[in-house]
Amino acid sequence: MRRKVIFGNKLLPYLLLAPQLIVTAIFFFWPAAEAIRYSFLRQDAFGISVMFVGLENFQDLFADDRYLQVVWNTIWFSFWVTVLSMGVALLLAVLADRHIRGRDTYRTLLIWPYAIAPAIAAVLYIFLFHPSLGLLGRALNGFGVPWDYRLNGDQAMLVVILAAAWKQVSYNFLFFLAGLQSIPKSVLEAAAIDGASPSRRFWTVIFPLLSPTTFFLLVINITSAVFDTFGIIDALTGGGPGNATQTMIYRAYVDGRVNLDLGSSAAQSVVLMIAVMALTLVQFRFIERRVHY
Amino acid sequence: MSQVQPAIAAPVPLAAEAPRRRRFLGADLTTHVILLLGVVLFALPIWIVLMGSTHDAATIGRGEVPLLPGSEGWNNYATAWSEGNTRRASVPVSTMMFNSAVMALLITVGKLAISITSAYAVAFFSFPGRMLCFWAIFITLMLPVEVRIFPTFQVVSDLGMVNTYQGLIIPLIASATATLLFRQFFLTIPDELVEAAKMDGAGPMRFFKDIVLPLSATNIAALFVILFVYGWNQYLWPLLVTTSTDVETIVIGIVKMLGAEADTEWNIVMATTVLALLPPVAVVILMQRWFVKGLTETEK
Repeated sequence: MRRKVIFGNKLLPYLLLAPQLIVTAIFFFWPAAEAIRYSFLRQDAFGISVMFVGLENFQDLFADDRYLQVVWNTIWFSFWVTVLSMGVALLLAVLADRHIRGRDTYRTLLIWPYAIAPAIAAVLYIFLFHPSLGLLGRALNGFGVPWDYRLNGDQAMLVVILAAAWKQVSYNFLFFLAGLQSIPKSVLEAAAIDGASPSRRFWTVIFPLLSPTTFFLLVINITSAVFDTFGIIDALTGGGPGNATQTMIYRAYVDGRVNLDLGSSAAQSVVLMIAVMALTLVQFRFIERRVHY
Repeated sequence: MSQVQPAIAAPVPLAAEAPRRRRFLGADLTTHVILLLGVVLFALPIWIVLMGSTHDAATIGRGEVPLLPGSEGWNNYATAWSEGNTRRASVPVSTMMFNSAVMALLITVGKLAISITSAYAVAFFSFPGRMLCFWAIFITLMLPVEVRIFPTFQVVSDLGMVNTYQGLIIPLIASATATLLFRQFFLTIPDELVEAAKMDGAGPMRFFKDIVLPLSATNIAALFVILFVYGWNQYLWPLLVTTSTDVETIVIGIVKMLGAEADTEWNIVMATTVLALLPPVAVVILMQRWFVKGLTETEK
């Protein structure tokens, strides 16, 4: 899209763009290029010599069962966080959109968790699920369920999924609510006059009209489950037990920082870059299409 | 009209009205119950931490999860604020809060400033390389700092910015979300308005200051909330770039306090958690109306 009326200055637009372009060049393009370069290199254990190894880092990565496990963890984790947080958010948004008393209060009470940091959400969940300190953790053990997410990998995955979904609900709630409010009331009234029951109205009128919002949230949620959850996993489980809750970001961090294997870590970054680009392109094409109709 | 309506409504027999009303009441009740459950679901973990922060370490350590306030609140908050974790040498919460506030505010102001000017350039000027500049900015959307974390760290370290506010803040300013939102909004400003301003002899900077900035108030407010929360909540980047405790943020500080579990002062951790929650939650609640409005408008 291009506007007809524009200003004709020669130098000014470059001056206005300069700050963002400079910051982007130094802290975005340069490191991104370095990540790609490192992914083709291998350093010896002492960091003395570096050699070009072509695609070996990538080959090693996908030949490594532990990495495939990490990829699977990421998919499993993102899937459940997205399904849970979007499902709960949609239910709450539909209800909070009804004409009921205290509607605005409910909205405020459901929106504020948006402000909580992932790492802080993890701390809150420790006090719920810790086997000896947590309210629910203690209760479970009291009922004879052997609960200790620090030892049991499945339980650890469950806790990080719950914490991440909990944190994400209010964001989705906001967007679903906005989506619901932009549906013309006349459409809903017409459906009601035609005698459609509330649940029928939801599935045949509201839900299809919400699909752009739903799709947008789907992409955002997957991206945030993959990238924004480092804090939750680090604070709650540290990727453990074993590597039951390691996701791709976490693994890239561990390999780079702890194992000092920069080649492998860079290759993992490149894999993630390609994944985000694919997601973003899907989203962008979709949004562009939406703009046209 | 309003006087006519009751006259029409009155003849409807009350008996026929009653069952329908009861059904609506039932639906309302279900709505309230589910919404209340949702509220409790969100509030419960916070309530536990809030109550826990008013008890002594021993009570929490024994696992007696307190659901009612205790008497140690003042002590816990005072200790956390001025000393932090007492068993290990740690940073007072006041220092960490200050660092987080500096980081969150500068990221917010920095991002807003560079993105509103660059969006203005892209939307209101025609110049060689315009689309190239736009795409160069746009592509950053695709790669969050988490993905290129080590190379970015390398760059920051080469520039001697490790353990500085600059190192903490500037790399996180390089992203396109705000630029895109502003550009989208600028494209909705009618050409006639620009034309009128030009005819009145306003230059581009005058137009920016007198027309574009005031019109963008809602978007700026919404982005302020989003960016402040984003900045305050950062974890992975500060973890890597701050090794000195002088610039430690509170989100990092809490996770460090958890450290070795046996040695953790849970009451202090809980008080610190409450303090860490307050600023971003306050920003969201105080600016809720603008925040929601800004999001709703950009969604359309």
